[in-house]
Amino acid sequence: MGNLGKWIMAAALLGLAACNDPARLGDGMGGDASAGNGAFAPGSSSDPRSPSFFQQAIGDRVLFANDQSALSPEARATLDGQSKWLLTNTDYTAVIEGHADEKGTREYNVALGARRANAVREYLVTTGVPANRLKTVSYGKERPIEICSVEACYAKNRRAVTVLAGGLTG
Amino acid sequence: MTRFLVSLLLGVTLLAAPLAAQDGPLRIEITEGVIEPLPFAVPDFVPDSPDAAQAASDLARVVAADLSGTGLFREIPASAHIGSVSDFNAPVQYADWKAINAQALITGAVSVAGNNLTVRFRVYDVFSGAELGTGLQFAGTVDGWRRMAHKVADAVYSRITGEGGYFDSRVVFVSESGPKDQRRKRLAIMDYDGANVQYLTDSAELVLAPRFSPNGDRVLYTSYESDFPRIYVLDVDAVQRRMLEQAEGSMSFAPRFAPNGQTVVFSLERGGNTDLYTLDIASGQQTRLTSAPSIETAPSYSPDGSQVVFESDRSGAPQLYIMPASGGEATRISFGQGRYGTPVWSPRGDLIAFTKQNKGRFHIGVMRTDGSEERLLTASFLDEGPTWAPNGRVIMFSRETQGAEGRSSLYSVDITGRNLKQVRTPEGASDPSWSPLQK
Repeated sequence: MGNLGKWIMAAALLGLAACNDPARLGDGMGGDASAGNGAFAPGSSSDPRSPSFFQQAIGDRVLFANDQSALSPEARATLDGQSKWLLTNTDYTAVIEGHADEKGTREYNVALGARRANAVREYLVTTGVPANRLKTVSYGKERPIEICSVEACYAKNRRAVTVLAGGLTG
Repeated sequence: MTRFLVSLLLGVTLLAAPLAAQDGPLRIEITEGVIEPLPFAVPDFVPDSPDAAQAASDLARVVAADLSGTGLFREIPASAHIGSVSDFNAPVQYADWKAINAQALITGAVSVAGNNLTVRFRVYDVFSGAELGTGLQFAGTVDGWRRMAHKVADAVYSRITGEGGYFDSRVVFVSESGPKDQRRKRLAIMDYDGANVQYLTDSAELVLAPRFSPNGDRVLYTSYESDFPRIYVLDVDAVQRRMLEQAEGSMSFAPRFAPNGQTVVFSLERGGNTDLYTLDIASGQQTRLTSAPSIETAPSYSPDGSQVVFESDRSGAPQLYIMPASGGEATRISFGQGRYGTPVWSPRGDLIAFTKQNKGRFHIGVMRTDGSEERLLTASFLDEGPTWAPNGRVIMFSRETQGAEGRSSLYSVDITGRNLKQVRTPEGASDPSWSPLQK
C-alpha cells in the first residue's frame, strides 16, 4: 500500500470513528457545509443519508411556545422529515433532548423539558419510528443555546433536539 | 461641653432602648422585627499563652462577624473601646463599656495545647451590670478554630434572642463557572459564612440541587453522569458517592430526605409525565405517591415526617400542595397571583418557603402551612431555591442576574425580609442546602 492508500485508510477510519461516537452525533452546533459543487460528498450535509443532512436540511429541532409542550404545525412538518429519515436510515437511534428557557424553577423546567421531549418521541412513534430507537432526556434550563434574557433567545431555547446516535452498524 | 456629650449619649441610649429592654434582662425579640441592631463589643479574647494569641484574636473576629451578620447586632469596633480585657476572670469595668454604649460585652479566653484548642467565654449585660447566663467552654482542634468561634456566637445569639443559633453549620451548593451556554457545575460544601470551601465532585458532569440529610452526614443530588438525570447519595466525610436504585428508562430528580434519614422523596419521569415517589434507601423499596398527568415535583417533608409539600401544575399553572407522606389527597395551599415552586418546610414547622414567579419577576417568600400570611421577602430577575437556616429564621437562595453575562450567586435574607446580603463564594453558585447545626 502506497502513502496515498494509507492516507485514504486513515481518513476512512476517522470517518468511522466520528460516526460511531455514541455521545453526541451532532448537537446542532456542528455540521459540515464544506461540500463541493455538484455531486454531494458522502457524510456532508448534502448527502441525504448523513447526520448533517438530518441536522441541517431536515432540521434536528422543534420549538415550543412558553410553558407548552404541544407541537406546532411547523414542528410536525419537521418531525415528519425526521421520521422519514429515521425510517430510511434504520441503523440510527436517537436521543430526544428536551429543554426549557430560564424563566422557571430548575425542577419544574426539568419536568417541562421531559414533556417536550416526550411529545416529539410520541409523534415520531405514531409516524412509524420504532419506539425502541428513541430515548428521551430533559436538561431543563441547564443547556441554553442562546444566552440573552429576552423572548428572541427564550424562543430558541424552548426546544427539543433529536440527537442521532449509532450509524454504520448495519 | 462634657455634660452635653453625656446627655447626647444618654439620648442615643434611650432611642436604642426598645430593642433591648433596659429594665429587664438583655433581650432581642426577633419576631417583633428589630429596626436598630443591638450594639455589642467583643475585645480580642485573652490568650492563655503566647502561642494562642493569633487564635484568640481570630476567634473574636469571627464571633463579631457572626453576630453582626445577622443584622440584629452591631459591633462597636475596637478603635472605639475605652476599656480592655486582659484577664478573663477579673471583674468587668461596666462603666468603660457603658460609656461607648455597648449593651452586650463578650469576653473570652483561648488556650492551645498541641492541636487542641479550648475557648471559654462570658456574655455581660452592660447596662444591668450583670453576666448573662454563665461562662461556657468549648473544646476542639486548632484547625477547627472557626467552628469554636461559631459555637460561641451561637451561644451568645441564643442567650440574647432566645432562639436557636445557626452559625456552626455548613452549606452544600452547586459551584458554577463558565458562560451561560457552556456552564460547568460541581458540588461544593462550605461553612455557612462562605469559609472553608471544598469541592465534592469535578465539573465533568452536570449536577443539580444537592440536599443535606437530616444529620448532615450525606447529600442527595441529581447528576447526569449516566447521560440521564439520576439521583446519587454522597457521603460528606468520605466524599464517596453512589447512584440510588432507579427504574430504567426514566429520569429521577428533585430528591429530598425524610426526617428519618432513610426515605427519599423525589420526582420520577415516565413517558413525559413526572410524579412523586419515595425510595427506602436500605431496601430499595419504591412507592408511588402521586398518579396525575400533571407535573408533580420539588417535594419537601414536614419536620415530623407526616406530610409532604410539593409543586404541581394540575390546576394549569404551578402551585403548592400538601399531602400525607404516604400519598393520598392533596390540599392546595397557594392561591395568590403567579406561579409557585420549590416549597421547603421550615425546620420549626411553622412556615413554608417558596419561589414565586409573577409579572416577569421572581421572589422568595414564606407562607404559613395553610397558605395564609404569604410574605414576599425578595424580588429580582431570578431568585429561586430557598433553604432554611437550622433555626428557621434565615433563608438562603440563588439569585441569577439577567442577560448574556448572567451569573448566579448565593444570598441570604431574614424571614422578616430584612438583612438581604450576598454570601461570598469563589465562583458562581446556586442551589444551596443548609445543614443542621453541627454536633
